[in-house]
Amino acid sequence: MAGDGSISNLRSDVDGLLAQGRWNAAGLRIRDLWRKESTPATAAFVVSRYEKLREKVPLLPFRVAVLRSFTVEPIVPLLRASAFCAGIDLSVQVGDFNAYAQEILDPQSALYQFAPNFVILAVQSADIAPDLWQDYAQLSEETANQAVQRVSSSLQQWMREFRARSQASLIVHNLEVPARPALGVLDSQQGMSQSELIRQINQDIRRVASELRGIYLLDYDALVARHGRLRWRDERKWLTARLPIAAEHLIHLAREWMRFMVPFSGKAAKALVVDLDNTLWGGIIGEDGLTGIKLGSEYPGAAYQALQRTMLDLSRKGILLATCSKNNPDDAMEVLEKHPGMLLRPKHFAAMRISWNDKVQGLREIASELNIGVDSLAFLDDNPFECEQVRTALPEVTVIDLPEDPLQYAATVRDHPAFERLSLSEEDQKRTMLYAEQRQRIQAEQTFQSKEDFYRFLEQEAEIALVTPATLARIAQLTQKTNQFNVTTRRYPEQQVAEMAARPDWQVLSISVRDRFGDHGLVGVAITRDNGDACEIDSFLLSCRVIGRTLETALLSHLAENAAARGCRQLVGWFLPTRKNAPARELYRQHGFEPAKQSGDGTLWSLDLTQHRIAVPEWVKVNTVHGGKD
Amino acid sequence: MKVTTFDQIRTMASDLFGVPAESISAASSPETIETWDSIQHLNLVLALEERLNVQLSPEEIEQMKSVGDVVKLVEGKLQAVPK
Repeated sequence: MAGDGSISNLRSDVDGLLAQGRWNAAGLRIRDLWRKESTPATAAFVVSRYEKLREKVPLLPFRVAVLRSFTVEPIVPLLRASAFCAGIDLSVQVGDFNAYAQEILDPQSALYQFAPNFVILAVQSADIAPDLWQDYAQLSEETANQAVQRVSSSLQQWMREFRARSQASLIVHNLEVPARPALGVLDSQQGMSQSELIRQINQDIRRVASELRGIYLLDYDALVARHGRLRWRDERKWLTARLPIAAEHLIHLAREWMRFMVPFSGKAAKALVVDLDNTLWGGIIGEDGLTGIKLGSEYPGAAYQALQRTMLDLSRKGILLATCSKNNPDDAMEVLEKHPGMLLRPKHFAAMRISWNDKVQGLREIASELNIGVDSLAFLDDNPFECEQVRTALPEVTVIDLPEDPLQYAATVRDHPAFERLSLSEEDQKRTMLYAEQRQRIQAEQTFQSKEDFYRFLEQEAEIALVTPATLARIAQLTQKTNQFNVTTRRYPEQQVAEMAARPDWQVLSISVRDRFGDHGLVGVAITRDNGDACEIDSFLLSCRVIGRTLETALLSHLAENAAARGCRQLVGWFLPTRKNAPARELYRQHGFEPAKQSGDGTLWSLDLTQHRIAVPEWVKVNTVHGGKD
Repeated sequence: MKVTTFDQIRTMASDLFGVPAESISAASSPETIETWDSIQHLNLVLALEERLNVQLSPEEIEQMKSVGDVVKLVEGKLQAVPK
């Protein structure tokens, strides 16, 4: 536990910095404090100080409603403090005790009026299945099965009704099994035991959740087990305050909720940049040499292998790996290429900066090479000095604090919410390969005199198609993740994309691209809505890896032709500037649009379709897939 | 300077109830601090249990009617179990 002295120093630092108006520095100190002490008392401090920062530092507003059968109020400040420190300004609404069914079924309920982005259904076994939880020994086989049926079908009904009424994402807790089954060891000997009946409900919940868009399962039973069933529960607080969770574990539920929220907030890390010495292996290669460093399947080298295995798992989720190390490149490359204990090899890294240069500069270069924002980087380094430098110079980077003990490294990375994903697209799984192809493109580009020659050489083929069930997840994911070439930065969950696509006046289009080096996959989205004789572009975005390839022209051309064919006289679209979407700023002007309206948020651009069209670049071959929408 | 139990509890109360620490005295209670409601009372108990490593029984929680009560209760517990 951190000494109270350093905590109270941090607190007075925070207040001093706030008084001086040094907002960013204050934000950093608050994050330090929260990292050192994530407790209920500190949560209240963190939240109250962030209230003062709300207008001063960039925070993403996000709304969460919690439907519950037990006391969650003490978790709310912990959740809000964690969210603030992750750059999310969270508004939380807590429903009445055991009112979740009415809240879901009544379209006028406080739940829907709150218009949350995100809803958590936190119902525990003791409340929804009291017969299975405490009276199991008295139940006949038939009544026990009926209880399972009753609980499963209620939960199923609520999930379906919720899906029909709201576009928000829903996180459903599954049910915990008892720490002490009614029949003791006999429970494990029986087919339909108490634990097994509850697990059957959990299987039913999972099946329904997987059938419905935007409904995700939180494995509460596994969470409780991970922290120890007997320690998790506080019977006294349950009986006196309806709070079943022990004080020390409230933070763990708050963190579990964060792991579901971060992927939706655009705050997820796209790449993990790691140090080498004493991070990927034990020791210093420049001093200890190839045979001296600790790395292998036995202690102590196993700790580093475990971290490498964790990183391989991340790369399977589409997270890019990169390295930034102060080393002699030859020494470090020898380990990466030849050390028998290495699980990671050079091919696993999308970018490498091994030199004696400053790491802040290295991270900037890696972001630029990977074509992602610096804020999409996570940084892992055993050296607190390097971490502090990065935190100060690049506060938007997610810096992961490594504990002292290397055996804890892998768990620290696995537990970090920045690496969570709630769905995986094909693109995610082959991202590392896509980046290797991209390196070849960049090398090729440098050999051409003119951009046009390079474009011709690329032989790009684009396929523009209406959304299909197969592309829906990827389209929603792009709206959530794309920051740079994005004119309106509107984030949509899957189910909202599906609903837009189902309306007759809306069009949801995707563009997929391949060229001579490989297949980029689905890399762009356009969403339009017809409004009288104008077609308004609601969203228009391209993945950063195809910026500067004239594909935006091909896609805009398609929108203009289609709108004109439907009888529209104007094609209009807002450009809403953000800190990151400068690459899309000139999109409309460059394609002949004129500014039509100015508001505090941005500019509305308009193209007169009776006078103008947009030509497809000669070097892009466009195939249009007509959907069955009419 | 030694941080007293009163100081520690006052800081917690100030954070939780959103009032300046200077305005909190031993006599402060749910009657004098508007934001000290049943939820914040629970939060105060959780903060005490975690920060000061004490366990409070439902009867004791019931009897915490002012900051002074809380300090007396916690000090009694801390003395009973010398570390």
